[in-house]
Amino acid sequence: MSRLSVDVTVNGEQHSVEVDTRRSLLDLLREDLALTGTQKGCDQGACGACTVHLDGQRRLSCLTMAVQADGREVTTIEGIGTPDDLHPVQQAFLDCDAFQCGACTAGQVMSAAALLDEEGWSTADDVRELMSGNLCRCGAYPRIVDAVLSARTAREA
Amino acid sequence: MRDFTYVLADDVASAGSLVHNDAVARAVQTPDDVAYVAGGTTQYDLMRDGVWSPGTLVDISRLPLADIEVSDDLLVVGAAVTMADLARHPSVVDLDVLRDSLLLAASPQLRTMATVGGNVLQRTRCRYFRDPTVTQCNKRVPGSGCAAVEGTARTHAVLGVDAGCIAVHASDLAVALVALDARVRTHGPHGGRTISVTQLHVRADEDPARDNTLVAGELITHLEIPLPDARSGYLKVRDRASYEFALTSAAVVARVEDGVLAHVAIGLGGVGSVPWRATRAEEVLRGQRASLALFEEAAAAELADAFTVPGTAFKPELARRTLVRQLRDVTEVTA
Ligand SMILES: Cc1cc2nc3c(=O)[nH]c(=O)nc-3n(C[C@H](O)[C@H](O)[C@H](O)COP(=O)(O)OP(=O)(O)OC[C@H]3O[C@@H](n4cnc5c(N)ncnc54)[C@H](O)[C@@H]3O)c2cc1C
Ligand code: SF4
Ligand code: FES
Ligand code: FES
Repeated sequence: MSRLSVDVTVNGEQHSVEVDTRRSLLDLLREDLALTGTQKGCDQGACGACTVHLDGQRRLSCLTMAVQADGREVTTIEGIGTPDDLHPVQQAFLDCDAFQCGACTAGQVMSAAALLDEEGWSTADDVRELMSGNLCRCGAYPRIVDAVLSARTAREA
Repeated sequence: MRDFTYVLADDVASAGSLVHNDAVARAVQTPDDVAYVAGGTTQYDLMRDGVWSPGTLVDISRLPLADIEVSDDLLVVGAAVTMADLARHPSVVDLDVLRDSLLLAASPQLRTMATVGGNVLQRTRCRYFRDPTVTQCNKRVPGSGCAAVEGTARTHAVLGVDAGCIAVHASDLAVALVALDARVRTHGPHGGRTISVTQLHVRADEDPARDNTLVAGELITHLEIPLPDARSGYLKVRDRASYEFALTSAAVVARVEDGVLAHVAIGLGGVGSVPWRATRAEEVLRGQRASLALFEEAAAAELADAFTVPGTAFKPELARRTLVRQLRDVTEVTA
């Protein structure tokens, strides 16, 4: 079995993890670091449940090889807010009731949190398109759109 | 998934001459059982599915191939530039056909990961190809037959195919690139060369087992995209509004002078085993007075020899309408 050491900063904390070269970043997070907030939906790039930030940009951790995260900074749902100090997107999801079962929510929130830093969007249609990489089987889409727009408004205020 | 050795090609010291990068040099000289990985969104996925598992993976995503340069009317794009970064480049923002071929593809997360080099070399999404438990697949196992021809084939191709393989080449970007007369620059065993994107892929009716004309170990280093003096656009028709591959698509680059089509170049997506350059339609259109009737004649000519199976029987008509509508939108000729 081929193994490599991966140095990765996760939620501000440095880790040095020896991984099988076949490991995904998603499995590194969930299995090696016990950060199980990031969800495994399809494990093949088709749902967005596993969205994390890599060097500040939203990515799918299921299709990212763990070894490719070497030397990089990862932020997961555990790293953007705490129960006492929620991220504005988390607060907006609560306020807008933007989830039902919650399976997609970590991915939605991470995707939306990155979107807030991206340029060139403002309308509900923009949000629908730019959040289209995150599927929700409960169909909470209208409220997710509301939540993203309200997080944007809160941030601009 | 088969075990593999991972090699990072990140030798920035010798970056000026990529040729001297150790990992790349080894891959070029001894390419057996070696594959490159960039964003990994095709390569890693296929390895995990057990479809294509090389013993060595050379990671090229950190090579200094992430620059975009514009000189005169040529855009030179490093192969490791991501789809997201190319789409927001100032020279691309106003080049509708290129921008939309990128922004209508995959999802924001995938566009952040996926590189332009990997995009044009992505392998087919044919579900039978991607499932190693399916025994009939001429692309995976030459000579074994084709499960898709008798199977569920909604997303399959109707041009450049026969009963031996109806796999579609699913890149949207490559469809825009063929309409822009773009080229790829490569580095391989025999040094560097430049290949037109129209010559890069191999039609399934010529050889289903071969995706492209690159030799083993040959690396795409750049895309060369001439910036056209024309209007352009990309129309993508799909089963859901976003985050979906094309059923059909049309990339049109055209310039009308005094009512006459002085320049016209067309790429079709979702219908070809390769990013389809619609040369027959172009022949009908070139130098002629633009009209709706002419557009319909051109679209019909292009799809005349389509090969369909029951699942794809709807495609030639959808492709014709997609092309006619995009010709209308780009030329603003509606009668
Ligand atoms: C859910 C999903 C939806 C998608 N939807 C779309 C869509 O709508 N439209 C679309 O166009 N695409 C779509 N894609 C495909 C996606 O765009 C490609 O997987 C991606 O562009 C490949 O780029 P990459 O950098 O990840 O390539 P990799 O996976 O790293 O590589 C792809 C292939 O190219 C080879 N390679 C990569 N770079 C080079 C190089 N420089 N020189 C030589 N060989 C190289 C690799 O060996 C590999 O065989 C989708 C993918 C997924 C998973
Ligand atoms: S269409 Fe091509 S890739 Fe798909 S099963 Fe048939 S031979 Fe294989
Ligand atoms: S688990 Fe990664 S996209 Fe579905
Ligand atoms: S809340 Fe259930 S999948 Fe989105």
